[in-house]
Amino acid sequence: MKLGYDMNVQHPITDDLLMGYATGGLPAAQDLIVATAVSLDDEARARLAGFDALGGALLEDAEPMPVADGALNNVLERLAASAPEDSVHADIKTARRDWVLPRPLRDAVGGDLDAVRWKSVGMGVKQCVIDSSPDGTVRLLSIPAGQAMPDHGHGGSEITLVLQGAYLDGDLRFARGDVEVASEGDEHMPVADLGEDCICLVVTDAPLRFTGLVPRIAQKFLRI
Amino acid sequence: PFQTTDDAYWSRQLVAVGQERDKHAFEALFRQFAPRIKGFLMRTGLSPAMAEDCMQDVMVTLWRKAHMYDPARATVTTWVFTIARNRKIDMIRKARRPEPEDLPWGPEPEPEQADALALQEDTRRLAEAVAQLPDKQRKLLERAYFGDVTHSEIAAETGLPLGTIKSRIRLAIDRLRHAME
Ligand SMILES: [Zn+2]
Ligand SMILES: [Zn+2]
Repeated sequence: MKLGYDMNVQHPITDDLLMGYATGGLPAAQDLIVATAVSLDDEARARLAGFDALGGALLEDAEPMPVADGALNNVLERLAASAPEDSVHADIKTARRDWVLPRPLRDAVGGDLDAVRWKSVGMGVKQCVIDSSPDGTVRLLSIPAGQAMPDHGHGGSEITLVLQGAYLDGDLRFARGDVEVASEGDEHMPVADLGEDCICLVVTDAPLRFTGLVPRIAQKFLRI
Repeated sequence: PFQTTDDAYWSRQLVAVGQERDKHAFEALFRQFAPRIKGFLMRTGLSPAMAEDCMQDVMVTLWRKAHMYDPARATVTTWVFTIARNRKIDMIRKARRPEPEDLPWGPEPEPEQADALALQEDTRRLAEAVAQLPDKQRKLLERAYFGDVTHSEIAAETGLPLGTIKSRIRLAIDRLRHAME
């Protein structure tokens, strides 16, 4: 198993998602997958910082507006009760451990992989829905090594980030840190690579359409 | 007395807040950035009252997170932008926005002076390029950052020097990674 955070990502997250995160224009469901992917890919982290710098340039350019009377005093009073955020030491410790789930995902799940409350959805596939709202569903999927995902098309976009193991999709192999974006209408059949179960974070913004009968039943349980 | 663009100066103030909890440095940062944060937030559509509340939260967060500021990876303005953007989203969603895991510091956090200066220079060049954009492209950029439109080709279409900044930050990240090994 390849863990750690300085990895050689083959299929990096795309610029439009990074820029969407930088501008604050993404739906909440996609913010989590971007923050998690960036945690695993230093090159993406640097690209995101470039888009942040663009935001900084626009902030610098914005016309200053007078602040409320007493704003500074108000803030100074609040500082007295505001301890520095204790994440320096925490981060040093966490970096030395090989987490499977990067921090934004650990925060969402309430711990690392052992804290995930999986639900079996048949055929050995397990899922855990982290969040579901009108603008998207975020779930963890676990697919047994060597097994295919049900054949499916998409009613909307689907963003997949691999956290453990790998899967094959046609000629392409997606491993930890890799991101695949499938659009509306794409049909594909990812197969978990041999070796270990493949665990992915998947964001969909509309239900998936499974094409076979058995998968149609699975869809009821998966609710994707 | 200080230019708005004196990144090196503001960077020293922010580092002083982070390392020594320097209240005078904080007050100077407040006077410089609070009105700009408020103006920026109003441009993005917040009411004056909401922008004021959000700005005050941003300044408190700046105090709490100052020790995590790394001048080799962001100018003060860029860093303030990310805090303001996230705080605004938190307010609207009433939930904390997921942020990337912060890079851990090495055992001896040595600020890389040369890296920081080079990044400030690159960022300055980016800001100038933004200021000189033709009206149409600039509007596109502002729509992406101030409105709700995302546009995947802005950097490509506008020819902004984002690549240099990206490479600079990548170097700083690599140095940090090696310091931890
Ligand atoms: Zn799919
Ligand atoms: Zn190294």
